[in-house]
Amino acid sequence: MRWLRRNLVGIVAIAVLVYLFIPIAVIMVLSFNKPAGKYNLKFDEFSLEAWANLCGVPGVCSSFVTSIQIGIVSTIVATLLGTMIAFALVRYRFRGRSTTNLLIFLPMATPEVVMGASLLALFLNLRFPLGQITVIIAHIMFIISFVVVTVKARLQGMDPRLEEAARDLYANPRAVFRYVTFPLVLPGILGAALLGFSLSFDDFIISFFNAGTLVTFPIYIWGAAQRGIPVQVNALATIVFLVALVIVLTAQYVNHRKRRALDNPTPIAADAALPRS
Amino acid sequence: MVAVVPTSGVSGAPAPVAQRSSRTGYLLLFPGIAWLAVFFAIPFVTLFLTSLQQPVPGKSGRYMFGLQFSNYSDALAEYWPLFLRSFLYAGIATLLALAIAYPLAYFIAFRAGRWRSLMLVLVIAPSFASFLLRTYAWKTILSDEGFITSTLNALHLLPEGRILNTGIAVVAGLTYNFLPFMILPLYAALEKIDPRLIEAAGDLYASPITAFRKVTWPLSLPGVVAGTLLTFIPAMGDYINAALLGSTGNRMIGNAIQINFIQFRDYPTASALSFVLMAGILVLVFTYIRRAGTEDLV
Repeated sequence: MRWLRRNLVGIVAIAVLVYLFIPIAVIMVLSFNKPAGKYNLKFDEFSLEAWANLCGVPGVCSSFVTSIQIGIVSTIVATLLGTMIAFALVRYRFRGRSTTNLLIFLPMATPEVVMGASLLALFLNLRFPLGQITVIIAHIMFIISFVVVTVKARLQGMDPRLEEAARDLYANPRAVFRYVTFPLVLPGILGAALLGFSLSFDDFIISFFNAGTLVTFPIYIWGAAQRGIPVQVNALATIVFLVALVIVLTAQYVNHRKRRALDNPTPIAADAALPRS
Repeated sequence: MVAVVPTSGVSGAPAPVAQRSSRTGYLLLFPGIAWLAVFFAIPFVTLFLTSLQQPVPGKSGRYMFGLQFSNYSDALAEYWPLFLRSFLYAGIATLLALAIAYPLAYFIAFRAGRWRSLMLVLVIAPSFASFLLRTYAWKTILSDEGFITSTLNALHLLPEGRILNTGIAVVAGLTYNFLPFMILPLYAALEKIDPRLIEAAGDLYASPITAFRKVTWPLSLPGVVAGTLLTFIPAMGDYINAALLGSTGNRMIGNAIQINFIQFRDYPTASALSFVLMAGILVLVFTYIRRAGTEDLV
């Protein structure tokens, strides 16, 4: 009883983590299913058919590729624009700071349906044709804010004395940026890009409003939900999930190793590892 | 015990790095901010104008500039129950998410030790699997023959005898889908609390419950408020859960906006509904900003 009371929080915490993964398990298990009816909702018979023939259903792979293309283009542009904003916010003084903060925050606080609808209203009024371009424009718009937040946190968490030291050693501003600032911020930028890609790849609502006849992977799933989602979709989603998980865990591991190196510093790196006063 | 209070470098205020005021700052800001202005801010103006449009006489389905404020009263007269239902579903889901997220966030912040970063990865990992498929998976989990439904039915706990295609399923889906948005801000707030404050309460003979009520909970309030906003807002506007897990009697305001915009092509009604939804959310956001300022937003 005493043991239970002491570990209650831990037990609940583990239970919540398990709860978070229940639907993931369902998606994975159903990727090995051979559904009896048209809906892949109940496990009927084990089959590797979907895995052996990932593109076996027309439209699945082309929508998947479309989503990857849109994700790559939107992520590159949004990461660039967002990183620049983050540098401006942390390193420069300018007028209209609170308006800027608000303009960056609001896209994260606006329901997707409102953003999708208002952007569609703009494109309709301009008679701008809907398609890949409009979806990419929309994705860049909603990813920028997440990039700003991620990179800004990294910049603020950086030890300013590392750059000061470089300046003391007569590095010119360009060298300071290239050899000190940029390498230190890079993990934050890469993390932001990964987040941006996953947001873009998984976005349904905003894309659906602005896609016209273009079919992204989530739009394909939405359409298929009415007539039965092909098992291939589960297999592809499983692959995406595992690839993303491996990338994040590897990044964590590398980060962990670096920290360990900083915690047991060689004499020369000792100063850099001191906590900030 | 160590005398130095550990301070995290990631506090809200701008870092004390030499802040330069020059053209470079504006040049760095300009492209991104312009993008947001053109494709986020200006669309709200067009949305507002669209919400006031009137039909072109003689041509059904075509609209032109107008000042039809009656679009708003018509839309609200028809759809106010959906606003109410969205508020209710999103509200219940947010409270449930808070109750579920708090123990996990607390555990990660205070007890997880070296497992901390791994557990944080596990919190966001489910988001790597498609949102639509995860929601669809709840159809399997909550199905009429499923374990959960039959257990609850055996206990006579389900008024409608089923979960799927009822409001319960929609709320369950919303709670699940937006849970990470509750866990992460809660964790961020709890992690900043100096554990010695809680120890001190214990040393002064506060029971664990009193210590939680008087120390931990008040100090975690910024996270509770942020998490509530970040969960409630997307849940309020969501229509995927209602569409996949509910029946026609469980439609939310997002469903009405989507159907009017994309199927009926009744742009003025859809725009008026979006605008009312956004106005309600802006009230929430500004109430929050008046208390906390804008610097901690981003």
